[in-house]
Amino acid sequence: MLQKSLKIVEHAKIYWAISILVILLGGIFLIVNGGFAMDIDFAGGMSMTVDFGEKAEGLNLDEVKDLVKEVAGASVGDPVVQRSDNNQVVIQTVTVENDIRDQIQNKILEKYELAPEAMLATDNVSATVGGELQAQAVQATLIASLLMLLYITIRFEFKTGVAAIVALLHDCAIMLSFCAIFRIPLNTTLIAAILTIIGYSINNTIVVFDRVRENYKRAKHGNFNETVNNSVKQTLSRSICTTITTLLPVVMLFALGVSSIRQFTIPLIVGLLAGTYSSVLLAAPVWAGLKKWQDKLKRRKLHKR
Amino acid sequence: MGKSITKLVIVILIIALGASVFLFGMNFNIAGWHVSYPSALDEDYGIRQGLDLVGGSSILYEADTDSATDAEMESVVNVLRKRLSALGYTEATVSRQGDKKVRVEIPAIQDPQEAVKTLGQTAKLTFRDADGNVVLEGTDVKNAAARYGQTEEMGPNQHYVELTLNDSGVQKFTEATQKAATLKTENKNYIAIMLDETVISQPLVDNAINTANCIISGGFTDSSETSELATLINSGNLPFSIKDVELRSIGPTLGEHSLETSLVAAGIGILLIMLFMLLVYRLPGLLADISLVAYIGIVAFLMSWLRINLSLPGIAGIILSVGMAVDANVIIFARMKEELAVGRTLKAAVSAGFDRAFIAILDANITTLIAAVVLYYFGTGPIQGFAITLGIGTVVSMFTAIVVTKFLLRQMVNMKITNTWLYGISKRKEA
Repeated sequence: MLQKSLKIVEHAKIYWAISILVILLGGIFLIVNGGFAMDIDFAGGMSMTVDFGEKAEGLNLDEVKDLVKEVAGASVGDPVVQRSDNNQVVIQTVTVENDIRDQIQNKILEKYELAPEAMLATDNVSATVGGELQAQAVQATLIASLLMLLYITIRFEFKTGVAAIVALLHDCAIMLSFCAIFRIPLNTTLIAAILTIIGYSINNTIVVFDRVRENYKRAKHGNFNETVNNSVKQTLSRSICTTITTLLPVVMLFALGVSSIRQFTIPLIVGLLAGTYSSVLLAAPVWAGLKKWQDKLKRRKLHKR
Repeated sequence: MGKSITKLVIVILIIALGASVFLFGMNFNIAGWHVSYPSALDEDYGIRQGLDLVGGSSILYEADTDSATDAEMESVVNVLRKRLSALGYTEATVSRQGDKKVRVEIPAIQDPQEAVKTLGQTAKLTFRDADGNVVLEGTDVKNAAARYGQTEEMGPNQHYVELTLNDSGVQKFTEATQKAATLKTENKNYIAIMLDETVISQPLVDNAINTANCIISGGFTDSSETSELATLINSGNLPFSIKDVELRSIGPTLGEHSLETSLVAAGIGILLIMLFMLLVYRLPGLLADISLVAYIGIVAFLMSWLRINLSLPGIAGIILSVGMAVDANVIIFARMKEELAVGRTLKAAVSAGFDRAFIAILDANITTLIAAVVLYYFGTGPIQGFAITLGIGTVVSMFTAIVVTKFLLRQMVNMKITNTWLYGISKRKEA
């Protein structure tokens, strides 16, 4: 076993720099692309997933597009028709009246002689609905963060709470940056994934801080770096084990799941890794930094006197 | 030692039996006694499966008004419930979402168009005189029924809706027909029966009518039209019009596939976790695996008992909480290993490991629980679904780690198995 001590706090600037770089990169992509890619959950619109079966081979997508335009008229603008998994084709337009949606559906089934079961999924969403869900998720996350901060302040100290919440917001930011960089559209499932990571990240971070709390009681006052480094080292095998056991079912879902589930697992895997990264390498150094800063302030006051 | 083995074996048997009954159900006859318990996957009594897993339609209606009161929204929910059950969608759910929205979810429906239209109608039934004054309302109707037959002697058979009026309705109807009859000379002796702003029938009135029954006939071509009208009248009218702002349908084939693959993936994932725990922690890992089985059994039981709607975000919550259930064990064992490594006896290591790990588990899980409660309270739909499974999972994982794992470990200690290899302490380190 390696007896070498870890130098987490000493290298914390590098770890933070890596994270900030990723987040900045996400920001640049956001500016260049003019915001996140939005699924119809949030942007509003109509989406239709059709299983073309054997007919998918050699299917002319432009022909499908023209058919949609013909039925829906100019009001739908330029529909997007794409191939998806297996023999599925996804048709997306702006929000349409429900009867128009029906007509499109019927025309496609009729023209390509498909059974009604071929219509795998249809969504028709007006833009206002998604905005509310987004607002709700942000509101709930902020309130939850405040309450967690309160609890951690009572059980640990305020600085621990700040460090834990910073780590949590970091994980959310990394996930959103990932989505911005790889143009993964924001939708309801992504919100669920982010919420999952919030639960995971805080849990993980608290276990590290539990050890910090315990070690700090025995440490010489002011020895923050060593306390953090030892605590992280002592909890490292647990952090790794837990990440592996949580990743296992998610990776299985990714490997075996249908496309909607796979969509959900990719950001989840990114978030789990970010969560482990932040609770091992980022959170505790923030606490140490805050502590040192406080000490400095105190010393300065004493000096003045 | 012998006592501990017996206890251990009994508890393991109970866990195995309980988990398999809750997960897969049971159904058998013993000496004339019929014993059965539904599986967690049972469609009628097990965990409710969300639309994204079984297929179906989800419709979001929004009140077409600026200010909808709480009471009005409740009445919308009630009316929609009545209409759904009258239309035969007994499995459908109606829930409020935000201030002025209502979500209707209908599982396993192929073509939701009809349902969307019928459900969304305001359906305010009014009887109006020739001047447009409302003389009778839907609330004066006790019952409406779709019928087929002659509406007048010697007349042809036709589809019609028969209304049974309540007492106040009979009185109002008598007065209105009496008044209408006097206007015969002006050709205004009719009463218009209107649904919202559409006239569905406009019978002529020659005499005052004071019976409790009255008939709406006129141009119904088949029984589905009359039964729809009867349904709408019986379910009462909405306080304002509502419009569908979101309609999502998932075909049953896609839904079924999602559920099946998720279950297989979750199953394999859990088996891999068990294998991992066994390899890394050896004997304690085996105990963790046993308490993981207990965990899965309890969660399956709670979710089917509370009839919780499980959808994709809910599955995420469960996966996360399985991770946490194992995590609590990992924290305990890691502590135990440390204590053993500094040369404590097994008994001391177990109890010290527990005491120290307990605080970490408690704090970590309470913070997660805070997140789950806030998300449940402030969220709707998918956010709530996630929050509830995460909340249940967190509480149960604390229980299994603190009670079940602790019990199993204690029995193990009493059995005096001293081979340190079994506890994951490598030989190299001992030397």
